[in-house]
Amino acid sequence: MHTVERADFDLIASWVKPNERVLDLGCGDGSLLKRLIEERGAFGYGIEREEAGVLAAIAQGINVIQGDLEQGLAGFDDGTFNHVVLSRTLQTVRHTERLLTEMLRVGREAVVSFPNFAYWKNRVAVMNGRMPVSEDLPYEWFNTPNLRFFTLLDFEALCAKMQLVIRERQVLDEAGRLVVARPNFLGSLAVYRLGR
Amino acid sequence: MISVGLVLPQQAHFSAPLVLKSGALLPGFDLVYETYGTLNAAKSNAILVCHALSGHHHVAGYYADQNDSIGWWDNIIGPGRPLDTDRFFIVGVNNLGGCHGSTGPASVNPATGKHWGADFPVVTVEDWVATQARLADALGIDAWAAVIGGSLGGMQALQWTLSFPERVRHSLVIAAAAKLSAENIAFNEIARQAILSDPDFHGGNYYAHGVRPLNGLRLARMLGHITYLSDDQMAEKFGRRQRPGAGSYSFEVEFEIESYLRYQGDKFAGLFDANTYLRMTRALDYFDPALAYDGQLAAALAPAQASFLVIAFSTDWRFAPFRSREIVHALVHNGQSVAYAESNCAHGHDSFLMDDAYYHAVVAAYLQRITL
Repeated sequence: MHTVERADFDLIASWVKPNERVLDLGCGDGSLLKRLIEERGAFGYGIEREEAGVLAAIAQGINVIQGDLEQGLAGFDDGTFNHVVLSRTLQTVRHTERLLTEMLRVGREAVVSFPNFAYWKNRVAVMNGRMPVSEDLPYEWFNTPNLRFFTLLDFEALCAKMQLVIRERQVLDEAGRLVVARPNFLGSLAVYRLGR
Repeated sequence: MISVGLVLPQQAHFSAPLVLKSGALLPGFDLVYETYGTLNAAKSNAILVCHALSGHHHVAGYYADQNDSIGWWDNIIGPGRPLDTDRFFIVGVNNLGGCHGSTGPASVNPATGKHWGADFPVVTVEDWVATQARLADALGIDAWAAVIGGSLGGMQALQWTLSFPERVRHSLVIAAAAKLSAENIAFNEIARQAILSDPDFHGGNYYAHGVRPLNGLRLARMLGHITYLSDDQMAEKFGRRQRPGAGSYSFEVEFEIESYLRYQGDKFAGLFDANTYLRMTRALDYFDPALAYDGQLAAALAPAQASFLVIAFSTDWRFAPFRSREIVHALVHNGQSVAYAESNCAHGHDSFLMDDAYYHAVVAAYLQRITL
């Protein structure tokens, strides 16, 4: 759970309209949902596995549902949500394709952010013989929850294979500034809006 | 954090006749109840605690004249406890048909001057909620800040939001389900058969014979008790440990688990009324708010205006977590407010009575958010 304000939250918030229903997967303490509710007038639910996150979210008055994303989203009806958000969590999920499929089953739009392994500083770290540690990949190799290491190009190839439509892509550097040129090299964090 | 301390039960009489869901008419009834904490001037801080199969109104604190009289859910109620009596006014009530002071099968039927016995009607969760609402009226409580219950009590907490949507702000449904499974009903049926087939049952009119179907009630409780525990917990607590002198190749108590079940059965049979047990299990069986909506739970829950906290326990196989998630998903389908937590407390269905740190923290965090 990040405690610092997440740069991708600004983008995600800008995509949510009043009264829209949002499902935040891996919602932690519910900070994003709280912001979407208070600033955007959204109505939201979060799913969180860890007890500390669930407790903190309940204390914030968030509709948090304790559960494990690896079990899928069984029980949630098709098309229940306007947006299903997966912020900096896709890289920790084992069943990647199944989760993306599930997100676009229960939601009309999937919002996915993830750290770009091809960010130039990460490339430099590997060139120098070490696994990267950065703002968006803040763990050491031996304690990282991340299971998947992939790049913008890798992700877009998967979207093409799964026939997911990329509606919008925004790429940020480590300071949270928008990156326009050479995103797979200069971007540390990618945020996508996906549809069918 | 301390207990609420000394408490006293109170009695309320309701003289207006009550038509039950079965169509039976009750000419009037008494409810025995207890309260803890202070009702605020706005009467906005009241929490109703609904009891399960064998519970009653004595939820917290203790009685001056009785040792070993701690309320059945004392660990969650008191100053600084999750149901904080510094903030909330807590009401515990013995349900209609009970055997702890509220009108029930052992009470005297005013029409005959004899015990109700077999003539006492079958009561339902809806009936209990209706009678609890009369108690709320008597206490001047227009709307509960929260209604909370575990197991059968959780069903009442859910039914409150459907029977009186405008009178419940929050519903805490713990270790419960929106309806019993065939397996659940099967266990209840065996428990009832144990009572009904006891020669001392006398068709339910055993009071007149000066006896009680103790053996049947004892068996019913032994069976029920198994379903309230988890396999792991029984293995840990008893395993295959034997009693001293075991190995007699007889049917005496050989294993610790047998001794435990017999003790629990005897203790319960000494305190509880078999006719009440029959009715409580039937109320469980009948509860199914989705029945009138072609089995669509979401449609059944749509009238609720309350926010929900649903809690389940991973070791509970009587009302397993997926039964609680059915309620959660129906509420999400409707766009209703709900939080759901799942505790790993090891005590099976009985976990809802345990002082589990995470479970209690969830309840405390949720209730602290309630504005008064």
